[in-house]
Amino acid sequence: MAKNNLASPSIPKKVVTGKGGFIAATNSILSSFVCIIIGLLVGFIILLCINPEHCLEGFMTILSGGFNNISIHARNISKEISEAAPLIMTGLSVAFAYKTGLFNIGAAGQYTVGALGAIYCALVLQLPWYVCILAAMVCGAIWGAIPGLLKAFFNVNEVITSIMFNWIALYGVNEIVKKFAITNADGSITRMYESAKNKTYAIATKAPGSRIPDLGLSDIFSKSTTIAIFLAIIVAIIIYIVINKTTFGYELKACGHNKNAAKYAGINERRSIVLSMVIAGALAGLGAALYYLSGVGEWNPNDSTACPAIGFNGISVALLAVCNPIGCIFSALLISHITVGGSCLPTAYYQPEIADIIIGVIIYLCAFAMLFKMFIGKFVKDRSGANANAEPKASVASTSKKEESK
Amino acid sequence: MLLLIKYTLLYGIVLMLVALGGMFSERSGVINLALEGIMSIGALAGVLTLCFLPEGMAPGLIVLFSILSSALAGVIYSLLLGFSAITLKADQTIGGTALNMMATALAVVIVKVVNGTASAKLNYSNTAFIFDFDLGNGNKLTLNVFLFIGLAILVLAALFLYKTKWGLRLRSCGEHPQAADSVGINVYQWRYIGVMFSGLLGGIGGFAYVIPSVSTWNFEVGVTGFGFLALAVMIFGQWKPINIFGAAMFFAVFKSLANIADSTFLATLGLSKNIYDMMPFIASMIILVLFSKNSRAPKAEGIPYDKGTR
Repeated sequence: MAKNNLASPSIPKKVVTGKGGFIAATNSILSSFVCIIIGLLVGFIILLCINPEHCLEGFMTILSGGFNNISIHARNISKEISEAAPLIMTGLSVAFAYKTGLFNIGAAGQYTVGALGAIYCALVLQLPWYVCILAAMVCGAIWGAIPGLLKAFFNVNEVITSIMFNWIALYGVNEIVKKFAITNADGSITRMYESAKNKTYAIATKAPGSRIPDLGLSDIFSKSTTIAIFLAIIVAIIIYIVINKTTFGYELKACGHNKNAAKYAGINERRSIVLSMVIAGALAGLGAALYYLSGVGEWNPNDSTACPAIGFNGISVALLAVCNPIGCIFSALLISHITVGGSCLPTAYYQPEIADIIIGVIIYLCAFAMLFKMFIGKFVKDRSGANANAEPKASVASTSKKEESK
Repeated sequence: MLLLIKYTLLYGIVLMLVALGGMFSERSGVINLALEGIMSIGALAGVLTLCFLPEGMAPGLIVLFSILSSALAGVIYSLLLGFSAITLKADQTIGGTALNMMATALAVVIVKVVNGTASAKLNYSNTAFIFDFDLGNGNKLTLNVFLFIGLAILVLAALFLYKTKWGLRLRSCGEHPQAADSVGINVYQWRYIGVMFSGLLGGIGGFAYVIPSVSTWNFEVGVTGFGFLALAVMIFGQWKPINIFGAAMFFAVFKSLANIADSTFLATLGLSKNIYDMMPFIASMIILVLFSKNSRAPKAEGIPYDKGTR
C-alpha cells in the first residue's frame, strides 16, 4: 500500500486518474445497479405475496414509472420530472457534505427552512423568482451552518444535531407559516396560510412573478413543470466541477479523508467543515425553492409528524449515486421514477408505499455496497500497481492514505 | 394537572424504554438511528396481535402476548441493523436511516393489506392495558401497565449494566473493543446482544406509545418522531440508565405540555403546540454543546469492529 502511494507521484497523472477514475466509476455504477436490481426483486416478491394474480402487471407499473398512461395524459411524466428536480438538490446536499466526511441527515430540515424562505419571499414580499430562490438558499445555508459550527467548534456529532434541527425546523416553520399575518396599509391582511385548503396559497395564482418560468414546458407537460429540472442539472454540474476541479473542493475532500492529515497540510479544517455544511444547506434550500416555486405542491403546516420526504430521500439519492454529483441526477430520476410508478399501482390490489419499501431496501443495500466497491477498488488497485484514487496533488493524498492504512 | 401527570408518565416511560434500548446498543458500540423504525415495527406487531387475539381471552394474557410479539418484532427488525453494521461493517448511520425509511412504508403496506382497504388505520381495544387509580375526591389518574414494566426494566437495566459481568463485557465492547477482544470477549456477539436489546426495548416502547392513549392508530405517521426524541433523551442522560430516566421525564413534560397546550389553562399563555414541541430539542442542543467537552459517549461507538485492527 504505502509503496504504491509513494510511487504514485512519479506516474504521469493523467494516465493514473484517467484509468483509475474509469475503473472506480465502473465499480460504482455496477454496485449501484446490483442494489437497484435486488431492491426491485424484493419489491416483486412483496407484490407476489400481496396479490400473486396481478403481480406482473403491478411490477410493470412500477418499472414504467412516469411513463404510465403517457399516451393518455402527461401527468405522470411531468410529476416525475418536477419531483426529480428538488430530489437532485437534496441529493447533492447530502453528497456534498459526505465528501467532507459529514453525514448531512439534516437535509430535510434545511429543505424545510428553505421552503419557508421561498414561500415567504413569494407570497408576502412578492419578489421575483430568482430572488426567492436566493432567499431559500440563504435560509437553508443558515440552517446547515449551525450543525457545521457546532461540529467544528464543539465537536458535537453532526448527525445528532442535524436530527434535532430537523424537528426544530419543522415545528418552527409550521408555526410561522400558520400564524404569520401582517396588516397592510389599506387594512387588508397578508397571510401565507390559506385555512380553507389547510395549505399555503398557491404561488402561481397569488404571486405569479415568483413562479419559476417554464419557457413553454407547462404546455407540453403539466402546469407544475418548469425549468427547475434544468436548473438542478446545471447546479449538479457546477458542484461536480467544484468538488473535482478546484482547490477548494480538494481541501474539503482532504478533510473528509483524514482531517488530521488535512490540518497537517495547512488546510483550515474547521473552515472546511462549516463551509461544507453551509453549501450543503444552501443546496437543500434551493431544492425546496425548486419544488414550491414550481407549484408542485403547497406547504401544509398542520402536518407535524415528519419533515418532507424529499429531504430524507436526498440521502437515498446521494447514496445510490455513491455521492457523485452527476450520478445524483440519474439516481434522483430513478427514485422519482419508482415513486411515481408506485403511485400508479392499482389501489384495489396494491399499496403505493411499496415503492418506498423498494427505495428503503436499495439504500439499506447501498450502506454496504460502498464497502463492496471499496473491496473491488482495493483489488483493482493492488493488481494494477497504481493508486486508483490518486489525486493531482499526490503529496497530501499519499499522507492521508498512509494515515488510513494504519 | 392530572392530565399533565398522566401524559408525562405515559410519554416518559416510552422515551425511557426506547432510550434505554438505544443505550444498550451504543454502549456495545453500535449507533442505533433505527430506533424510530424499530418502534413503528414493534407497535405494528403489538397492535396486530391485539387485533387477532380471541375476544374472551384473559386481560393478563392479552397484555403478555401482545407485548411479547412487539418485543420479538423489534428484535427481528434490529437484527437487520446488526447484520449490516456488525457483520458487514457498513456505515451504521446509513443503515439505520434506511431502516427508518423502510419501517414506515412496511407498516403502512402491512396494515393496508390486513385492512383490505386504502386506510392505514387500525382500531383496537386498549382496556386491558389501562386502569384508573383513585386519588379520592372523585379524581382519577389513568395509568397503564407499561409504567410498572418500564420501572422494572429500568432497575434491571441498571443492575445488568453495572453489577453483572455481562454488563461489563457489553460496555467494554463500546469503549475499547480491541482490548475486550484481547481478553477473549467476543465483540461481534456482544454487539449483536446490544443491538437486540435495543430492538426489544424499542419494540415494546413503540407499542407502549401507541396503545394507552388512543384506540386508533394511523400507521402513516409512524411514531411521530419519538424514536429521534429518545435518541436525544439518551444523549441528555449521558448513556446512563438513571440519568436517562430523569431526562425522559424532563422531555415528557414538554411533550405533554404540547399535547394539552390547546385545551387547558395553558391556552391562555398564547404559546402554541409547536413551541412546546420544539423545546425538548432545543434543550438537548444546549446540553449537547455544554457537555461536549466531557461527553460520556462510548468511545468506540459508530466504528465497526474489525479484528484486523487489533
